[in-house]
Amino acid sequence: MTKHSFITSVQTEKHSKIFWSLSDSWVMAKRSIKHITRNLDQLFAVALFPIMFFLLFRYVFGGAIDTGDLSYVNYLVAGILVQMLAFGANYTTLNLAIDLQRGIVDRFRSLPMASSALLVGHVGADLVRNTMSALIVLGVSFLVGFQPVAGPVEWMLVLGLAILFSLAISWLSAIMGLLVKSIEAAQWTGFIVIFPLTFVSSAFVPTDTMPEALRFFAENQPLTQVIEAIRGWLVGTPVGDSGWLGFTWCVGIIVVAMPVATWLFRRQALR
Amino acid sequence: MEPTLEAQKSISTDNAIVVKGLRKSFKKLTVLNGIDLCVKRGTVLALLGPNGAGKTTTIRILSTLLLPDGGQALIHSFDVVREASKVRSLIGLTGQYAAVDEYLTGEENLHMIGRLYRLSHQVIKRRTQELLELFDLMEASARTVKTYSGGMRRRLDLAVSLIAAPPIIFLDEPTTGLDPRSRLIMWDIIEQLVAAGTTILLTTQDMDEADRLADKIVVIDGGKIIAEGTSDELKQRVGSERLEITIAEASSFETAKRVVYGDDIHLDSKTRTLSLATKGGVHQLKQVLSRLEEAGVGVENVSFHRPTLDDVFLTLTGHTTEQPNIEIERQEAKK
Repeated sequence: MTKHSFITSVQTEKHSKIFWSLSDSWVMAKRSIKHITRNLDQLFAVALFPIMFFLLFRYVFGGAIDTGDLSYVNYLVAGILVQMLAFGANYTTLNLAIDLQRGIVDRFRSLPMASSALLVGHVGADLVRNTMSALIVLGVSFLVGFQPVAGPVEWMLVLGLAILFSLAISWLSAIMGLLVKSIEAAQWTGFIVIFPLTFVSSAFVPTDTMPEALRFFAENQPLTQVIEAIRGWLVGTPVGDSGWLGFTWCVGIIVVAMPVATWLFRRQALR
Repeated sequence: MEPTLEAQKSISTDNAIVVKGLRKSFKKLTVLNGIDLCVKRGTVLALLGPNGAGKTTTIRILSTLLLPDGGQALIHSFDVVREASKVRSLIGLTGQYAAVDEYLTGEENLHMIGRLYRLSHQVIKRRTQELLELFDLMEASARTVKTYSGGMRRRLDLAVSLIAAPPIIFLDEPTTGLDPRSRLIMWDIIEQLVAAGTTILLTTQDMDEADRLADKIVVIDGGKIIAEGTSDELKQRVGSERLEITIAEASSFETAKRVVYGDDIHLDSKTRTLSLATKGGVHQLKQVLSRLEEAGVGVENVSFHRPTLDDVFLTLTGHTTEQPNIEIERQEAKK
């Protein structure tokens, strides 16, 4: 061992506070993204689950579901995409809970870094993971007969809303990750919330045949707005108010959930 | 970061860490009940105590992870509550469990933490190389931490804490659960750190560790300081050095009892041992041995026995370090 090489004067770099909070978030996002590539199970799980659903609904239930003039596969793609994004966000809950259970969060908290960076990192990685999964799901959908009519503008709208929706659900998931007491709980909380939300919506079936109260909920909840908007842009069904409502819901959720998650994270640190 | 301001403020005091009347309770359980500490720059202070004594809680408050209920703690004159971000740039923390990222490589862990300490990429590169070499992790640097042994993880954990060469380092039971070889490596590194001017606050349940590393030992139990001083000072409180003589044959033990006299003699016929208080002089030793020889008593073994910190702990607290207060331990585990 070389003696005394500990104290070599170590100079910190000088930048503004904003620079460093962006840098911290970037460092944490890079960490979480590396986790994706070294933990491929998660990526496949995110993509495989919706593909399984997709094929089940397309070939098992699809024939019995009446979607009018629109073929069921064209009806289904928007719903499957949104469901996939919602389930994918559960990994923010899970990965955050894992970090909190292990000592590494203590290390991060003892560093002079921005306290929201860890959350931003997980949410950012979710977005990357979801994007990759979405491409896989879209690829499969073309194989089984999906025929979108969307032009470049519509595709951009789909992309924009999908990104906002992914961020919104990820921030909500971050709150859940901070509230759950164990990794096991983190694994199922997402499903308990997301399952009913995706099924009580227009994701898989038109809402017309639902009982009235359920139908009211299904038609007005945010997932349906996002699904209806994306479906309209992809296959030309009427978008109506769903477009701006979908965007508004997502932005609203982000604006509320982001500070709440950050506050929870800070408060937990000092319990 | 304003290193110049920090440097100025730091010079204003000889003490790296000053703690006054620190209190912390979890629900109804009082974990810290008024702790006062003072650690001089460039020295090692060991917090010694059983499980649940409040050692980890103290470290967590000092490293800004936990808010105290009362009292004050200053790190280089910065308040750990009000000036937490300044404190964070001065400290390195190595907890009881290796806080490294399993999916990243050793090198990536060092890079990540270096950047979060606001070091430049150039400095990070240089420090990473230095530390990987120093901690004998060069070969494993490109492997994910998942593949590391326990000892390697702990070494990487300490290396990560040192990336920004912080002037103050907190070590929470740095060698608990390590194999003897890794433990020696850790001790060696800690001694080098101190030689290079780092201030260290470490917690331990291990008497040898405190004895070997610490300039000053603070014994805590039930959230209170029950004794403090150098290792020698604490040992003096327990009693003087003792001379222990083991008689070769049980039959001559009675004879030995008659011919050996002195202060505070302890006898143990089972182990054929008699021990007496001594000032450690050769003269007394000679006297005792010649008396035994004259009486025809064979001596199997002679040793000087200095009280260990175990003895200190037993005398001060009425229980050994091995008997944790179960209730407190359960509470601590919960949080």
